[in-house]
Amino acid sequence: MDHLDALEAESIYILREAKAKLDRLAILWSLGKDSNVVIWLCKKAFFGHVPFPVLHIDTGKKFPEMYAFRDRYAKEWGLSFIREECPPLEATDPTLPPAARSAARKTLGLKAALAKYGFEGLILGIRRDEEAIRAKERIFSPRDESGQWQLKDQPPEFWDHFMTSFPKGTHVRVHPILNWTELDVWKYTRREGIPVIELYFAKDGKRYRSLGDQDITFPVPSTADTLDAIIAELESTKIPERAGRAMDHEAEDSFERLRRAGYM
Amino acid sequence: MPHALAARPLPIVIVGHVDHGKSTFVGRLLYETGSLPEGKLEAVKASSERRGMPFEWAFVLDAMQSERDQGVTIDTTQIRFRSKLRPYLIIDAPGHKEFLKNMVTGAAKAEAALLVIDAQEGAQEQSRRHGYLLHLLGIREVAVLVNKMDLVGYSAERFGAVAEDFRAYLADLGVEPKAIVPISAREGDNLTRHSPRMPWYQGPSVLEVLDSFPYAALPVDRPLRMPVQDVYKFDQRRIIAGRLESGRLQVGDRVLFSPSNKTARIKTIEAWHVPEPPAEAVAGQSIGITLDEPIFVERGEIMSHESDPPLLTNVFKARIFWLGERPLVIGANYKLKLATTEATVVVEAIEKAIDTAELRPLPPEAIPRNAAGEVVLRSKRILALDEYRSNPRTGRFVLVEDFIPVGGGTISMEGYPDQRQLLTVRASNLTAVGHAVSRAARAARNGHKGGVLWFTGLSGAGKSTLALALERELFAKGYHVYVLDGDNIRGGLCRDLGFSPEDRAENIRRVGEVAALFADAGFIAISSFISPYRSDRQRAREAAGENFHEIYVKADLAVCEQRDPKGLYKRARKGEIKDFTGISAPYEPPENPELVVPTDELGLEDCIALLLRYVEEHFRL
Ligand SMILES: Nc1nc2c(ncn2[C@@H]2O[C@H](COP(=O)(O)OP(=O)(O)OP(=O)(O)O)[C@@H](O)[C@H]2O)c(=O)[nH]1
Ligand SMILES: [Mg+2]
Repeated sequence: MDHLDALEAESIYILREAKAKLDRLAILWSLGKDSNVVIWLCKKAFFGHVPFPVLHIDTGKKFPEMYAFRDRYAKEWGLSFIREECPPLEATDPTLPPAARSAARKTLGLKAALAKYGFEGLILGIRRDEEAIRAKERIFSPRDESGQWQLKDQPPEFWDHFMTSFPKGTHVRVHPILNWTELDVWKYTRREGIPVIELYFAKDGKRYRSLGDQDITFPVPSTADTLDAIIAELESTKIPERAGRAMDHEAEDSFERLRRAGYM
Repeated sequence: MPHALAARPLPIVIVGHVDHGKSTFVGRLLYETGSLPEGKLEAVKASSERRGMPFEWAFVLDAMQSERDQGVTIDTTQIRFRSKLRPYLIIDAPGHKEFLKNMVTGAAKAEAALLVIDAQEGAQEQSRRHGYLLHLLGIREVAVLVNKMDLVGYSAERFGAVAEDFRAYLADLGVEPKAIVPISAREGDNLTRHSPRMPWYQGPSVLEVLDSFPYAALPVDRPLRMPVQDVYKFDQRRIIAGRLESGRLQVGDRVLFSPSNKTARIKTIEAWHVPEPPAEAVAGQSIGITLDEPIFVERGEIMSHESDPPLLTNVFKARIFWLGERPLVIGANYKLKLATTEATVVVEAIEKAIDTAELRPLPPEAIPRNAAGEVVLRSKRILALDEYRSNPRTGRFVLVEDFIPVGGGTISMEGYPDQRQLLTVRASNLTAVGHAVSRAARAARNGHKGGVLWFTGLSGAGKSTLALALERELFAKGYHVYVLDGDNIRGGLCRDLGFSPEDRAENIRRVGEVAALFADAGFIAISSFISPYRSDRQRAREAAGENFHEIYVKADLAVCEQRDPKGLYKRARKGEIKDFTGISAPYEPPENPELVVPTDELGLEDCIALLLRYVEEHFRL
């Protein structure tokens, strides 16, 4: 087994644990490279099936390419697709910096969807290497009644025994690719031939490394216009992945505040 | 186009006492090896200045606001980096006692560890506790970093003193550190190359030590174990899903599921989006299989080959570490999670409780938070498991209380038998001969029913004395009665058996079967054996079918030991007899015996009277 095989086996194990232990589960599909890998891993774990609804929390501000990708693969992959809208900016915490506030719409949309469908668990494609706060996550990570992440008091998690039962009112985030890196995701995408939104490939000397809302996500300088080139670029680059995400850079604690409140 | 196989990052945990410089070390190591992303140094600088601190390398890892404000790591984190040789996964663990559960969370996935000790302070409480936990978690590859050498003037002497003190502690645990390296994490000394400030140090740099740690081998050569994770019905196929924890598997193999004891053959190994269906699988893979027969299998069972199955038992010993707010106590119930199975277990005994910081025994009434110990756990149902030393992944477990994992442990079966032999009906092709003479007819002729009086109790409790006296009395009253005891069983029927836990269990199984035959023949069979295990007595009860009476011949261990008619206790205390019940092997008292005869409270006459009354009542027609 090489490193990608080991990561794949671990992720499959996590997804199967989630399915075996939790009743109402959904996958959060942000349309980016990570959540596409998660859907792919589901098909691996469940022999060609994605046995959970796939939820897209739509800010209405994604790139047109992303919407086209969504509409195509929701069909092609046979997903049971749910789209939910986000509340307006005015509904978010006004003390947050502007880009963070914009991101916080997604948290509110997510919470509303959770309440509407009564999901007990959400599968998300976040990774430790994206951001230092995410690096401290658990694979099965509980959220309390008010949807808060108790970052300072997380349950122990060891020997692949995850927290799979909860007091009433709590829900759980499941992170099957938490231990992957950006490079792992691309190498796996290449190995498996997973479809990719073209925005990730360089055009006119720029490409997106991370895809969010149009108004708060910016492309980075790059000439990588193939998967091989992206991988080669990442093997040597020192520019962090989320450099093009405005919300991460407004204040030292923006991301922590967002995540505590329930951001993904 | 084929691509080079990606090397697996070696997971290394950094442990040690609070403030001894673990996070600083990691931050600086990443810097020294050019692994920090662009902008990180500036961000850390700004963050340190904002708090009026000098540059804090630890902020590379300590990302929470409260971690930075308080200068302490709260939760574990992971970060990748690569040396020239290979990639690493560095796991930074918190050193504060309050966050030991987070340290365990991080350390449990490591294959090697660096233990950081402050040169000024020397080894402290958590240095020792972490050393102990590494050992319990099965991490054998350990190196020690004596940090903050800048604060002791890079003194070889101080280094030697700290190093020797801790080497001695580790030796007590049976751990030999791979290296002990003097460093200054903050100044970068001896991290990636030799520091001119410590010319007296000839050993390897930290990076060289890292590169010398071996990968833990995947257990492909151990017996096959695949805990069943789930059973799916997709596209007309019934797929059994699970991860191979050890061993290997091929299409066509005959496999056994435990504890249900069902067998079948592997028809296919299923996979999606692969060039061709796999013909075999090895440890580490998450797979799905179909079987040639539609047997019913559930999550929690362990699939193995027939020739090398897991143990079956409902009671076992374990070395555990405890993280729960409330201490672990005798009689408490916890949810056990072992591979994919869950069961309620009760703490039957605490044999040892250990303060892991001082390696000091604690009173064995309870195991408090952050301590360790040895316990006996019993579950209501039979579990399939392995001893930790023969298969770590199916020989360890987690205990859960109120939804939260509160402890972990590794299994030992020392003193307890494998119950597989006893549970498996091997001669299943035999059909019982139908007797023309019924039980009722025999009872009518004899004037009493047949049945079993199963005496159980410690050596010296008075079983044989009572059994023989009762036999005499009953015989005199016209009963058909016969005593089975060591003298008439061990010499013949069980001549081939010794005194190992397995042999003892087999001995009792045979006695149970013979007693059942006597009962069927219309006799009252009195069996007089210590029969210390509940599971064995339960099987004797099942063998007899009906009219089985468990009689607890009860006397305190202290009383028995004082009586010591054959001098056995004395010898056992001296260690001359191994596995002696009550001393070095467990006795499990009956939970609901039909009758208790307290020989330490009643005289012999009263005991016999009690028994006679009981028999008259239950056997006389
Ligand atoms: N002089 C000196 N100070 C150091 C050195 N290494 C760490 N420190 C300081 O020691 C303090 C604690 O360092 P940390 O790296 O946070 O310690 P830690 O072991 O990670 O602490 P916890 O994670 O909270 O257990 C910080 O103020 C560091 O700057 C060193 O080599 N020399
Ligand atoms: Mg630290």
